[in-house]
Amino acid sequence: MSALEWIGSLLVFAGIPFIFLGTLGLLRFPDVYTRLHALAKSDNVGLGLVCIGLGVQSGSVALLLKLVLIWVLMLIASATAAGLIARTALARGLRPWGT
Amino acid sequence: MALVVLAFDLLLAAALIWLAWQATRAADLFHAVVSFIVFGLLMALAWVRLEAPDVALAEAAIGAGATGALLLSALDRLARRPRRHAPLYEPGTAWGFWLPAGSALLAMLTLAAWNLPAPGLGNEILASLSASGVEHAVTAVLLNFRALDTLLEIGVLLLAAVVIWALGQAPPPLVPSMPSPALPALGRLLFPIFVLVAAYLLWRGSHGPGGAFPAGAVFGAGGILMLLAGARPWIRSSEHGPWRLILSLGMAVLLAAGVAGTLSGQDFFQYPKGTAASFILVLEVAAGLSIALLIFALYLRGKPREHGSWGAAE
Repeated sequence: MSALEWIGSLLVFAGIPFIFLGTLGLLRFPDVYTRLHALAKSDNVGLGLVCIGLGVQSGSVALLLKLVLIWVLMLIASATAAGLIARTALARGLRPWGT
Repeated sequence: MALVVLAFDLLLAAALIWLAWQATRAADLFHAVVSFIVFGLLMALAWVRLEAPDVALAEAAIGAGATGALLLSALDRLARRPRRHAPLYEPGTAWGFWLPAGSALLAMLTLAAWNLPAPGLGNEILASLSASGVEHAVTAVLLNFRALDTLLEIGVLLLAAVVIWALGQAPPPLVPSMPSPALPALGRLLFPIFVLVAAYLLWRGSHGPGGAFPAGAVFGAGGILMLLAGARPWIRSSEHGPWRLILSLGMAVLLAAGVAGTLSGQDFFQYPKGTAASFILVLEVAAGLSIALLIFALYLRGKPREHGSWGAAE
């Protein structure tokens, strides 16, 4: 395996725990706000590492840039979606856990 | 490695069956709709595994994206009625119907698959690809060899939009109970990217997976996002003229291309020699625009209102 493939695999494997822990948080956290917190932050770090890792592995700059673009779009979309879900939950009278 | 891939495929197939079950049988309609959207996304993944990226694109854009948005908006309309928590079917009679009906369907599908000509039509299509005007087999089938099917598909979409508009006035657009400044900002930021991706998919159709249907679905989804973000600019019934023209543009241009062949003494949808590429380009653009606006028109849930009659919602 070439150096690029090693670096790519390392990045992908580094991303997996973030996605795993984000999913664990989604399943185990007590209310919608803490779950959003776990999912929107942790999963996006994981996705970024996986995207960059796959891009590095592919050895093509164009492909790397496309994957990074997908990640940036996901960051924007998931931040907005998480905010919308939290606002809707608040408007419906769901109280944050522990208050 | 092959074992990992097989395990992944089996997991995907099992998840699809489970989600299909959830989408049809869940007592809570919201649960059912979310299951349907996830089903669409996993189905797109299944198409990728079957090496059919064109179908995957269309499935993700139309099956999960546009249809999901339609179902969620329909759910919002239903929400004002009392909720139904009972199963949609009586379990006893449902089993009596679904078990024989499902077995019969499965048997017929197996029989049909068994009787398919062994290598399929793939080789014939590849052999005549050079005469089709495009380099991508799927686009060649959709807009040249079987353009009639595409004409009928757009006809179905147009018919659906006409029926929905005939059902009544569009309800006031959704307004979040706690408006977020992030959503309009997202709409403004992403709409140019939606246009760019749609144009890219349309252009890509000539030589790779893409074409009018995914491009139209992406463009239509961009319009839906703008509508959700609070944009109300040009959908007024007093400005119906150009709006209606573009809605029927795809159908009209496809029909014209078909009839042009007949009028010049050839077969229906037989393009004059050497002009197939330009014919397909025009058809792609017209069909893509129409599909985008048709999906958007479906999402309006009714005939657009007169200027300003949305009133307090604005």
